[in-house]
Amino acid sequence: MTALAQTRSWEPFAWPLLTAALLLLLWHFGVRQSGTDVFPSPLEVQRGTAELIRGDLLWRYIGDSLRRVAAGYLAAASVGIPCGLLLGWYPAAAQVANPVIQMLRPISPIAWIPVAIVLFGISDLAAIYLIFLAAFFPIVVSTMDGVRNVPSMYRRAGRNFGLSPAGLIARVILPAALPRMLVGLRIALGIAWLVVVAAEMIASDSGLGYLVIDARNSGKRYDLVVAAMLMIGLTGLAMDLAFRQAEKLKSIRWGFRDAH
Amino acid sequence: MISAAAQRGSAPNPNAFKTKLRADHISMVFGRGPDSVHVLDDISLEVDEGEFVCLLGPSGCGKSTMLNVVAGFLSPTRGQVRIDGELVSGPDRRRIFVFQERGVFPWLTVEGNIGFGLSALAESDRRQRVAHYVELVGLKGFEKAYPRELSGGMKQRVEVARALAVNPDMLFLDEPFGALDSITRLIMRVELLRIWGAERKTIVFVTHDIDEAVQLADRVIVMSARPARIQRIVDIDIPHPRDISSLKYLGLRDGILQAIGLAHKV
Repeated sequence: MTALAQTRSWEPFAWPLLTAALLLLLWHFGVRQSGTDVFPSPLEVQRGTAELIRGDLLWRYIGDSLRRVAAGYLAAASVGIPCGLLLGWYPAAAQVANPVIQMLRPISPIAWIPVAIVLFGISDLAAIYLIFLAAFFPIVVSTMDGVRNVPSMYRRAGRNFGLSPAGLIARVILPAALPRMLVGLRIALGIAWLVVVAAEMIASDSGLGYLVIDARNSGKRYDLVVAAMLMIGLTGLAMDLAFRQAEKLKSIRWGFRDAH
Repeated sequence: MISAAAQRGSAPNPNAFKTKLRADHISMVFGRGPDSVHVLDDISLEVDEGEFVCLLGPSGCGKSTMLNVVAGFLSPTRGQVRIDGELVSGPDRRRIFVFQERGVFPWLTVEGNIGFGLSALAESDRRQRVAHYVELVGLKGFEKAYPRELSGGMKQRVEVARALAVNPDMLFLDEPFGALDSITRLIMRVELLRIWGAERKTIVFVTHDIDEAVQLADRVIVMSARPARIQRIVDIDIPHPRDISSLKYLGLRDGILQAIGLAHKV
């Protein structure tokens, strides 16, 4: 039974691959046609990538970037989730804190780079601090929002079954708020990955962001610049796909309207 | 299964005259000053142990507020509620409130929902209790299903089973079948009467549906529009299962219709 609207099993893979192939061709002939000797062709980038892999540099830099993201992100989650719970639970606390949060939130994490360098110098800590700042706000705001929007019926049912406040938070509030929280956690992870690259370009001496800026500064190796850019994109995509798997869990999926 | 309910109707309940719930002079005013809303006006009410009482009134009259007061979720502006002689000061796991099916936890399976109030029990006891109530409400085979995979009627059964599983002695039901289609609603009424026959809980049931009240209740408390007062109390002395085309049924229903001030011609 193949309804018209149904996609065949190979389609979700084939079409994106085709798009990618077309773009590569366009890129290749674009470089050829323009006669540029600055911008690399796909083949040169492929050779550059191979060179990075042979020198073990690529894996080390990806590892460094991921390690910084993990540290900053986990710190942001472990501070941000309790803060969000608190602010969502006590409307008075939210009234006090919310204007400050809303004022700090639109400041690009990039603007914090000088502050980070003053505080931590050129070190891992500077980058981790920036990632923490970038991930913290979406996590706090989405948790607060999630907690606030827990239907009162769920709270009342929980109280009716005799739950203590701690039990109510663990067994009712958190699971009920989780779908909204996950949206914030996923956005935060995306931003963290954007910020680590920026941070490494300025306040670090390793990682994919450093690779981009270093390849340009030491000998205008644009093949390596583009190779690093592609690795940044692929790693970000992999992290997002991994995160989306969590949204497919049935105990979470109820919160997403279109998921079936 | 229907015979259990029928027996109850014909044989007098040994506890029938023991007062379970007593509400004295309940008044409720929301807000202060000129914007305040007077919702309940001096309502006194007694419910016997094992009795099935319906609070009936037009939408927005305050019958849900009354139910929230007796369940301990709201404290009244004046008056007090006693259950088994104890002053009610908050919700209690001996008295479970059943919402429309929206009160089912969507992140838990049918089993998880029904076992929600049983975390103090040993694993094997809990499993046994859950299995018993899954069976009682006719959800066998759906233990691992999530609420979003169920129909409205099935979700309502989950919520009733979740309430019954903690073995409460009272149930408060707030228009529990209001969101269901009319056929499912009829089925659920029969199911509720069957469960009531088997478990003998004291039930306070809020509805705006006159037929529903006359089909289910031992007594119907007819409430007026806001501020709600008790307008009339009607004893429905028809044994279950009730013949809803009998003269007695129709007479009682018409009496309530007239009390509310509605002509029964459309």
